[in-house]
Amino acid sequence: MATPSNVAIAELEEAFQQRIDREEKIEPKDWMPDAYRQNLIRQMSQHAHSEVVGQLPEGEWITRAPTLRRKAILLAKVQDEAGHGLYLYSATETLGVSREELTEQLLAGSAKYASIFNYPTLTWADVGAIGWLVDGAAIVNQISLCRTSYGPYARAMVRICKEESFHVRQGYEIMTVLARGSAEQRAMAQDALDRWWWPTLMMFGPHDTDSAHSGRSMRWKIKRQSNDELRQKFVDQSVAQAEFLGLAIPDKALKWNDTRNHFDFGEIDWDEFRAVLDGEGPCNHERMEARRKADEEARWIRGATLAYAEKERVRSSTGTES
Amino acid sequence: MSKNLPLWEVFLRSRRGLEHKHVGSLHAADPEQAMQYARDVYTRRLEGCSIWVVRSADIHASQEGDAAAFFDPAEDKVYRHASFYDVPDGLKL
Repeated sequence: MATPSNVAIAELEEAFQQRIDREEKIEPKDWMPDAYRQNLIRQMSQHAHSEVVGQLPEGEWITRAPTLRRKAILLAKVQDEAGHGLYLYSATETLGVSREELTEQLLAGSAKYASIFNYPTLTWADVGAIGWLVDGAAIVNQISLCRTSYGPYARAMVRICKEESFHVRQGYEIMTVLARGSAEQRAMAQDALDRWWWPTLMMFGPHDTDSAHSGRSMRWKIKRQSNDELRQKFVDQSVAQAEFLGLAIPDKALKWNDTRNHFDFGEIDWDEFRAVLDGEGPCNHERMEARRKADEEARWIRGATLAYAEKERVRSSTGTES
Repeated sequence: MSKNLPLWEVFLRSRRGLEHKHVGSLHAADPEQAMQYARDVYTRRLEGCSIWVVRSADIHASQEGDAAAFFDPAEDKVYRHASFYDVPDGLKL
């Protein structure tokens, strides 16, 4: 096949942008600029890895959940996270990258996952705070992504958003029970909010002015709202929720601004953000070890099921009785 | 890494009376495993009452590049639609 000339590529790119501007979805077999494809693979696989690694901090509490009801709910939630990872891997693979490559990138550390999952879950209240805040922040981002320009990503997001609201509500319910409980339980809830609030705000990524991929992602409508817009939305909706619980958001600068019609809030500790992304968070090492162990220990099962399937195939094609 | 688990496409019938609809894909060694994984990944909330799994390699798809020419024969046949015809006023047809 002849290599398309630069002129031909410029024309294809122009047509591609027009399609995006018309709000037409891009589907797997369509021509797309290589940078669009790479940008999506990076963002979607990062998203998939986050769902999978996200099972770890909460998974630790399944055996320690305070009641059978809570245990069943937490188990279902963690199962959902695995499912969300699979929807997203499946959507990412439509871009021509294999599941094995994606897994290797995670294990080699060349692909990132949400920095929030490198923080430890110290008490049961953390499970509540994760559902309420972390999943709450994820939904704000994911609702926006339901309108992303790549069809398979948008469809995965719609399915994920439907399931994710259960995650937020179960988390908020845990917080409500603790906030209405003994002084000790209230203190536990406040402590969880104190520890999870800032890392949750970091989930939305760097400021728009410092975000490496933002401009182009917005033009291609991979992202529909900027990091700062989404973060603001999350802060605005969280204030009343914290008030209802009688808990204090740990930010002295948090204040309603009549002119902006939004809450003002303090500056994020970006040094901490970068350090955690660079592998220096409290649990980075532990999380990656858990993923590596899972991959290695399941390898023989993948091999055995494949060998069995192959044997069955040969058996049925030669008509040999087993 | 040795051989990888093949890819399967998953189709769900959400309730009786409706058709099966594509919902996504997964990796599995054989049809039985694909079916169990499909149940676990795509029907955790009773989204389906029937599942089809098909090896992705067995699907033949129309080519996006040829779509314009391929679907072109239907383009100029507006008379295939009921809305093409005038219905006399006040008459039900």
